[in-house]
Amino acid sequence: MLPEAIEAMTEQLRRVGNPSSLHAAGRQTRRVVEESRESIADALGARPSEVVFTSGGTEADNLAIKGLYWARRPRRRVLLSAIEHHAALDPAHWLAESQGAEVELLEVDEHGMVHPDTLRAAVERDPDDVAVISVMWANNEVGTVQPLHVLAAVAHDHGIPFHTDAVQAVGQLPVSFAASGADALTLTGHKVGGPMGAGALLLARGLTPVPVQHGGGQERDVRSGTLDAPAIAGLAAAVRTAVAHQEETSRHLTALRDELIERVRQAVPGVVLNGHPTERLPGNAHFSFPGCEGDALLMLLDAKGVECSTGSACSAGVAQPSHVLLAMGAAAAAARGSLRFSLGHTSTREDIDRLIEVLPAAVERARRAGLS
Amino acid sequence: MGLRVLAAMSGGVDSAVAAARIAEAGHDVTGVHLALSANPQSHRTGARGCCTIEDSRDARRAADVIGIPFYIWDMAERFQRDVIEDFVAEYAAGRTPNPCLRCNEKIKFAAVLDRALALGFDAVATGHHARLADGVLSRSPDQGKDQSYVLGVLTREQLAHAIFPLGDSTKAEVRAEAARRGLTVADKPDSHDICFIADGDTRGFLADRLGSAEGPIVDEEGAVVGSHQGAHGFTVGQRKGLRIDRPAPDGRPRYVLSIEPVSNTVKVGPRSALEVTTIHCGPPVWNGPDRRDDLTVQLRAHGEVYGCRFAEVAGGLRIDLDRPATGVAAGQAAVLYSGDTVIGSATIRSASRGEAG
Repeated sequence: MLPEAIEAMTEQLRRVGNPSSLHAAGRQTRRVVEESRESIADALGARPSEVVFTSGGTEADNLAIKGLYWARRPRRRVLLSAIEHHAALDPAHWLAESQGAEVELLEVDEHGMVHPDTLRAAVERDPDDVAVISVMWANNEVGTVQPLHVLAAVAHDHGIPFHTDAVQAVGQLPVSFAASGADALTLTGHKVGGPMGAGALLLARGLTPVPVQHGGGQERDVRSGTLDAPAIAGLAAAVRTAVAHQEETSRHLTALRDELIERVRQAVPGVVLNGHPTERLPGNAHFSFPGCEGDALLMLLDAKGVECSTGSACSAGVAQPSHVLLAMGAAAAAARGSLRFSLGHTSTREDIDRLIEVLPAAVERARRAGLS
Repeated sequence: MGLRVLAAMSGGVDSAVAAARIAEAGHDVTGVHLALSANPQSHRTGARGCCTIEDSRDARRAADVIGIPFYIWDMAERFQRDVIEDFVAEYAAGRTPNPCLRCNEKIKFAAVLDRALALGFDAVATGHHARLADGVLSRSPDQGKDQSYVLGVLTREQLAHAIFPLGDSTKAEVRAEAARRGLTVADKPDSHDICFIADGDTRGFLADRLGSAEGPIVDEEGAVVGSHQGAHGFTVGQRKGLRIDRPAPDGRPRYVLSIEPVSNTVKVGPRSALEVTTIHCGPPVWNGPDRRDDLTVQLRAHGEVYGCRFAEVAGGLRIDLDRPATGVAAGQAAVLYSGDTVIGSATIRSASRGEAG
């Protein structure tokens, strides 16, 4: 966590008071919550009343997709990109299985990009029946950044609410809720150097999703539950800090990332960079290592002190080929032989040196172990 | 310098303590849970089965307590082919397989070991109750838990890369140690039965895969005394579940003597007709020391041991028992011991009342 977030959170942890209470302690806590709301709104080009606090990205995605679907019944169509995070895909699939929704996954190109024409064609098949559209701002696995403003404009041409999961984008890319054209935007604390278990849905005024959880009517009546004031204070501090340093962070990470990509390509002939060559998150480098199993490579690198991720979904902890890579047209074997290297504010050139030092031998060994 | 050891962790107490012991001994240990089912159940019920999601979490929790890295390896395809399909095929052929033994032979000390060696590990450690010293396998001091039988099929090469850290301990000692080490699986029930038949209904499992077809139950003279729904539902030596209408003339219980899959016939007879003294086996695997004193043979898991003599014959091994054995089923392993030490094994093909006796 960022020091600013730790400080804001620990300061609030020492205080008591429910932000919904009327007594002095409650008022004090409420002030912290509301200042946090204003701060987040200010950092992300939103109005304070557009900030709905949640327990994180998954809850925000659920609220946006399920809540807007229910609010806009009897419309039945839900359009999502095929490369959404499970926090968006699974609520949509659940709507299809049990709530009568018709879910359509928008195709992406080989770089993982959703083309506006793809969205337009899908919408125009029956625009009046579309309840909600959701396309993530930037992909968590391969890092591809979507042409968000154009996609949102397509939705608006037909008056359809547009949600974006911007969990990866906030702090890495310039994010303005107002300028993006999105009607709902998901962010989460731990991706911006804030606490885990705290996030928000930015929700345009006038849009009222049906609540996923009912109760005391907090947060515009769409998200009941006592607010976690310390976590919210930490979230706000992290967002403020991350956004303030975004340009500088982005420049630093982009340079490091490009160096990493170049050096990995030199060190491992045959390696394939996944995702868009230029329109990608500054801190994301994602590769397929032909002939290797991603899990084996991860284990070998971890043993050498290099931490990376296969970025694949788990079912009983068994690695499945990534749905993102499959949607981009990768073969299952190539999808299984993939790894993501994420760079953050603590990453240095020495980390890349270390990776390049151990990677060729690890790849060689993983290739010998083969695909099980 | 310690070895690089892959500890296979099922989520049970034995493999957790085994991993803890080798890590404590200074080896570089990585825990791996083998996912053997393509569609795991989320929770285990009682003592039955393994490989549920809960088991993989228990294994991960234990690895965290021990402080070792933990991974899950997907072995479902290999397990399906080499253990489950083999199990079904063996029954279809009228034999009685031991899937635990097959899993050790084909998965843990073959597919997993090969991958581990390729990835730079030196050995695979498991929580089996058996002693292994200098590549020589022998019985656990805990007679009730001894698993040397299901490991007796491994080759010298396989044993050379195996570590059984529980070899000198009883199950009670292992449980007490787990509790002392703060491993939450200390009280977890032992697994029994066949892990991939979650409800324990082996006959139902086989019927689902092999279908059912009515066939005759005949006595030793060939007279039809009953019928059954598929010969694969029977094991030599089985007494229960025959559902024969007519009692035997002498009123004594009848047992399955043999299974003939082609004609779908089950032959039954008195217990005395089950008694055999000569075991005919396939080619032997010699994996122990060249000792021939105090020879015994074990013919099934947790089964009795018999004093014996053996001779290599064309295409296999012939074992003559000191006294008659019953319920000897083709497909099971005959594991030969000198004292408590495993010297070799071979797969049982048939048994007879030998001339020797």
